Amino acid sequence: MPGLTGKDQVLTDYANKLAVLDAPKGRSLTQDALRRLSKNKAAVISIGIVVLIILVAFIGPYFVPWRYSEVDWTAIRKPPDFDKGHYLGTDQNGRDMLARVLQGTQMSLIVAGVATIVSVTIGVIYGAVSGYFGGRVDSLMMRFVDVMYALPYILFVIILVVMFGRNPVLLFVGIGAIEWLTMARIVRGQTLSIKEKEFIEAARASGAKPFAIIMRHIVPNLSGPVVIYATLTIPEIIIAESFLSYLGLGVQEPQTSLGTLISAGAPVAEVLPWMLMGPAAVLVTLLLCLTYIGDGLRDALDPKDR
Amino acid sequence: MALLEVKNLKIDFLTHDGTVHAVKDLSYTLEKGKTLAIVGESGSGKTQGAFALMGLLPKNGRASGSVMFDGKEILNLPTRDLRAYRAERIGIIFQDPMTSLNPYLRISRQMTEVLELHRGMSHSAALAESVRMLEAVRIPDAKNRVHMYPHEFSGGMRQRVMIAMALLCSPELLIADEPTTALDVTVQAEIIDLLVDLQEDFNTAIILITHDLGIVAGTCEDTLVMFDGRVMEYRKTADIFDKAEHPYTQGLLAAVPRLDRKVERLSTVSYDFVAAKGEA
Amino acid sequence: MTDREPILKVRDLSVEFTISSGGFFGGTKILRAVKNVSFDLYQGETLGIVGESGCGKSTLSRAIIRLLPATSGEAVWLGSDIQKMNSNELLGLRKDIQMIFQDPLASLNPRMTAGDIIAEPLKIHMPNVSKAERATRVAEMMQKVGLLPNMINKYPHEFSGGQCQRIGIARALITNPKLIICDEAVSALDVSIRAQVVNLLMDLQKELGISLLFISHDIAVVRHIAQRIMVLYFGEVVEIGEAEQVTMDPHHDYTKRLIASVPVPDPKVEMERREERRRLRKTAAAAA
Repeated sequence: MPGLTGKDQVLTDYANKLAVLDAPKGRSLTQDALRRLSKNKAAVISIGIVVLIILVAFIGPYFVPWRYSEVDWTAIRKPPDFDKGHYLGTDQNGRDMLARVLQGTQMSLIVAGVATIVSVTIGVIYGAVSGYFGGRVDSLMMRFVDVMYALPYILFVIILVVMFGRNPVLLFVGIGAIEWLTMARIVRGQTLSIKEKEFIEAARASGAKPFAIIMRHIVPNLSGPVVIYATLTIPEIIIAESFLSYLGLGVQEPQTSLGTLISAGAPVAEVLPWMLMGPAAVLVTLLLCLTYIGDGLRDALDPKDR
Repeated sequence: MALLEVKNLKIDFLTHDGTVHAVKDLSYTLEKGKTLAIVGESGSGKTQGAFALMGLLPKNGRASGSVMFDGKEILNLPTRDLRAYRAERIGIIFQDPMTSLNPYLRISRQMTEVLELHRGMSHSAALAESVRMLEAVRIPDAKNRVHMYPHEFSGGMRQRVMIAMALLCSPELLIADEPTTALDVTVQAEIIDLLVDLQEDFNTAIILITHDLGIVAGTCEDTLVMFDGRVMEYRKTADIFDKAEHPYTQGLLAAVPRLDRKVERLSTVSYDFVAAKGEA
Repeated sequence: MTDREPILKVRDLSVEFTISSGGFFGGTKILRAVKNVSFDLYQGETLGIVGESGCGKSTLSRAIIRLLPATSGEAVWLGSDIQKMNSNELLGLRKDIQMIFQDPLASLNPRMTAGDIIAEPLKIHMPNVSKAERATRVAEMMQKVGLLPNMINKYPHEFSGGQCQRIGIARALITNPKLIICDEAVSALDVSIRAQVVNLLMDLQKELGISLLFISHDIAVVRHIAQRIMVLYFGEVVEIGEAEQVTMDPHHDYTKRLIASVPVPDPKVEMERREERRRLRKTAAAAA
């Protein structure tokens, strides 16, 4: 008997509650990885630059004197002119290059972002399901991936464009629908090794349903390779978009993207170098930075792999 | 003169989270043909302490102090100079034999290579010597098995092959790092008995690194108990088991359930001595 | 123990695996991992299962809770055959029988906090329990296994091996199971921590009256914790009996060899045992 009044019981409960309330936050693996990443100078600088590019691309257009589709009849094919506000010169149609570069960057980033999200979502779920169930399910799902791989994606995109007309949204979907294949393969491989871990068996032994195991135990543990792969996918998609635009399948005038700008600037690079310099510089910087971030993340997420 | 004399060995690791002192102060001597057991739990620094002798520390490890082998300082020698000691004068057996056997080469190739390289033997002489050595570690049908690949052997047989390879150049010192931890109990007993017999036949000095006080009892003359990078107790094995002096050793001995004695409750190791010494 | 009905009755249980011998035209081989195993387990009792790697002891435990399909024979839990349970009954079984695993760290999801890990079986088996009550029960359970409740938000990698195993024990206990299967639960732990965890398991068992199926390769630990011992050798039961009898007076040759191989921390005894081992090995070689 803990005393007549039950005071002890009440106090113990109170003490227990306090103990729980004061429970310090643990350091999760993600936080650990971020801490390691923050020590990687190249990655931190690259993140800074990418953030800056994103901010400038989305906010910049409001502070630029010219709109990207506006034609300045007094300045056609002119090199940079600070008095008129053409800081990067103008193109053959008299449109301000700075405004166009900003709009192009914006477009490329949106394409990359949406396509990456599409490919990560499909790829992770598809790969995790295939890897977790294994056996016949796995064979069937992976053979489908192999078939999709065999289709040249340019052909795929051309068919889409022919069927639905030129539409940036279609472009996102088309590219995303191709990129998830690799993702699914990577995720499947990871899942195969994770599902042999004891904590998966522990979850199965305590009666968790397959879907719950995939969502609660497998997917969170995939974040390492997925994040790394996603950062490396973004540049790939930007290049793919540039390539499609270069072929004339991409973004429609007067809208533009980095790829379209470069394809317009390349033939006239000797006479109007400013038309190529701007967009090329942004693209190169962006790709370099993303590669550094990907490398940094890889080192931060599996420190043993160095 | 002692075969091996380790004095004030210190090992530090530089990591992301600062310097880790794996071994703080380790000293011992080993005479020719004698056996020493280094016992400790995980994180006691027992393995790093032995690997440092051979220059096998990971890149971020720093060792200081002194290690005299046969009268010569070998600590922190450049790899080129150490190679003369490795295999020829000091042999190593690892916990997992697969880490040191090449899975793509036949055992015969791996064994004869050592002899041809270090001893300048002809191939046929080296092969004969390899078979003889496999027979010495009691591998049945050694003549045929010498041509097998590592994965065709069972865990215990693989560890025997490892021991045979380590003994090929008849080294003066054999370092066995947890040689039986990955093996079944019956196989463990066979390997330990084998080591004892070989030690008598070849007169090799042995350092046996283990976490299991049990296998030390009938094996080694001296025992050194490590905890947290320091020596807790370093005496004759018989004395340690007869009457352990250090509270940590006493605790370790009492915490293992024994087949020859029945206790109601296992006693646990008390770490009061860490505080008692005034420093950790 | 004689009149009572056993809570778990295993009869002639066999588990077979089909292994393809590789190659497109390669046939398949049948590996019998567990052969006709029978035993009873009573409430509040600890049965030790001893055997070396590959003897089928883990396979047996997984077949009992139907994580693996049994090929023939039956396992009867509280009167109903586990092989014939529907998914609802199976969920009940998973609540009654919990497991503790070998690798303390690997058996915990590295992305979940200690509190979430311990609470998971509760979420599955009692989804109606309120969040507050769940937190209280997790805190209680943490205290019971010797963890401070304020560690609830920490992640597995912030705990030591012994503490991780305590989290595993708390997770197994939270649904008030009737049987806990310990699969090499203390084998990966350091000597000093192993003693603590063994003591904890024995205390909890006494307090809660649960049964334990204690699987290990270490017969010394098994004898300490178990009342009865079953020795498995290549999937077959070679000996089953009271712990004292099996360890002091083994009948089967394999059990004898196993017991002679366990090192005893006493130099004089160990010298004699080495001679004994040499003798046994010779007889085994002669027999083969």
